[in-house]
Amino acid sequence: MLLDFFFRIRDAGIPVSVKEYLTLLEALRLRVAKESVDDFYFLSRATFVKDEALYDRFDRAFGDYFNGLESLPDDFLKNIPEEWLNKQLELSLSEEEKKLIESLGGWEKLMETFRQRLEEQQKRHQGGSKWIGTAGKSPFGAYGYNPEGIRVGQAGSRNRRAVKVWDKREYRNLDDTVELGTRNIKVALKRLRKFARVGAADELDLDGTIFSTAKNGGYLDLKMVPERRNAIKVLMFFDIGGSMDDYVRSCEELFSAARTEFKHLEYFYFHNFIYESVWKDNRRRNNERIPLGQILHKYAADYKVIVVGDATMSPYEITYPGGSVEHFNEEAGSVWLKRLLDVYPKAAWINPTPEARWKYHESISLTRELVEERMFGLTLSGLEKAMKQLAK
Amino acid sequence: MVDRFSGTKDYVAGEDLMMAVNAAIALQRPLLIKGEPGTGKTMLALEVAGALGRPLHQWHIKSTSKAQQGLYEYDAVSRLRDSQLGEESVKDIKNYIMKGPLWEAFQSEEPSVVLIDEIDKADIEFPNDLLRELDRMEFFVYETKELISARHRPLIVITSNNEKDLPDAFLRRCFFHYIQFPDKETMGQIIDVHFPGIKKQLLQQALEVFFDLRETPGLKKKPSTSELLDWLKLLLAEDIPIEALQTSDQRKSIPPLAGALLKNEQDVHLFERLVFLNRRSERA
Repeated sequence: MLLDFFFRIRDAGIPVSVKEYLTLLEALRLRVAKESVDDFYFLSRATFVKDEALYDRFDRAFGDYFNGLESLPDDFLKNIPEEWLNKQLELSLSEEEKKLIESLGGWEKLMETFRQRLEEQQKRHQGGSKWIGTAGKSPFGAYGYNPEGIRVGQAGSRNRRAVKVWDKREYRNLDDTVELGTRNIKVALKRLRKFARVGAADELDLDGTIFSTAKNGGYLDLKMVPERRNAIKVLMFFDIGGSMDDYVRSCEELFSAARTEFKHLEYFYFHNFIYESVWKDNRRRNNERIPLGQILHKYAADYKVIVVGDATMSPYEITYPGGSVEHFNEEAGSVWLKRLLDVYPKAAWINPTPEARWKYHESISLTRELVEERMFGLTLSGLEKAMKQLAK
Repeated sequence: MVDRFSGTKDYVAGEDLMMAVNAAIALQRPLLIKGEPGTGKTMLALEVAGALGRPLHQWHIKSTSKAQQGLYEYDAVSRLRDSQLGEESVKDIKNYIMKGPLWEAFQSEEPSVVLIDEIDKADIEFPNDLLRELDRMEFFVYETKELISARHRPLIVITSNNEKDLPDAFLRRCFFHYIQFPDKETMGQIIDVHFPGIKKQLLQQALEVFFDLRETPGLKKKPSTSELLDWLKLLLAEDIPIEALQTSDQRKSIPPLAGALLKNEQDVHLFERLVFLNRRSERA
């Protein structure tokens, strides 16, 4: 029962388990939903979907399942061959119904109306008219013509309101591939936490005190521990200027979120690609450069590296000595990036360009190869993946 | 007879929300509620308890909350102190066990409602520590070697602001509902419930200003239902004439008492700048 539906939802990428499926069946047995598709939609959504970011996906899958045709191209309906429809109708009708059809003016007339209705239905798809609402009264609905996949009578008034609910796809903008404000970034960065007690012991250790007091025969023996802190250490490298100007805002948000989230954060700037030196202050980038070698020696290997850049440039800037657009670099950018990654095994590259565009830039593919596929989009889900990867 | 919830006179619930609540009541599973701040997540538990006539046990979660605190706490420090003072009560450990909201609910003579508010504030492991308790509705008190199991499975309403992900195992046991921000029509109903006597025209204008303001791009915190209700209260108290709202319609001026709607200094600045730009472009 409803197994097909269950698997359709799973295929749509919503993580439903058998437990939820059984819950839904039980709820149906208890008649929580009262035989309307609307109710069933709300019930199955409350049971299956546990994250509002997935509502949209669920709506689409639900619509797919119940409207068969929703995912077919628009002009499909127009091109249904006539004989095929005739045959289908004939097959699915009983003798009695056929007589009824005769009384309505025979096949010819019926088919004409049928095609008219189909056309009208097309219009509803674009603008929304009330064809479906009146479908319950249409001859096609009344004859119980129930084609798997042809939406004719099946979307009768019974479904109408429910169709409206998921057709609206109200939750579209909650899909987690879109970027949101600083606060959300902070939440994503929170995944990268490792609490440790280091430093001066200035907090009362209650459990330790009780334990040692008990051991002490009831005489108070105070124990202290250091405060719990996030011990994660992070080095961030930001690409600045040029093609990155489009992403300044999202990078700023990421930066300010990272600043408050990580106590041990060091940040540096570079242009287009990492070469032998980076800088900390953009205004004095020409005279206050920090050699990368110095960074590699200064910060221990337990630092995690996050590079933020669009990696969109000429491939020469990565692979060839002297390829940089700003200065003559004696060693290629790829060599320097490799050195950086050798010292810091935990690294991620965060790329603000939309993931769909990555494959069109050779330099992005090159960089992805260099960072061993650890490139993530600057979206919430991308950041979360990046943090998971760094926390491993 | 299974109880059904269908909104109350003080709380407007959508059909989808009612379905989620009723499913949770019928199947006696926890209900997880998410939504923008100020859309009435916490209110829901209060209203459901009121509508069903069940007692409500509230448990507000903080970043320091432990799952154990919902069940019971063993006040070792008091006992330690009492033992140093030689009090009589020290001999019975029961005197130092303090019942948490879940214990209270499990012991309740009638079915009750438990609100676990803002579960995402707690440590990441918090929900995992409650799995068995929420599933079987029972727990073991190690100090007194008692098994506490629920007389009636309470309806558990959990709210979350999405600050942390909840573990899958936990989610699988819950019904879930996301309270969508209400549209104009629903908002009208909500206001009707709170201010029954409000003038229709004023309401219309106020709603337009409110939704306009929500549409302002780049706002750090969009005003929510609770802010709108506060604002209306102020408008009524100050007896602002409708005309004052009508002019602000075109984003040419700042609506009266905007401080109730915009609570972030940056947002206020942004809004003022937009108004200024609009005015200037009109003059040009």
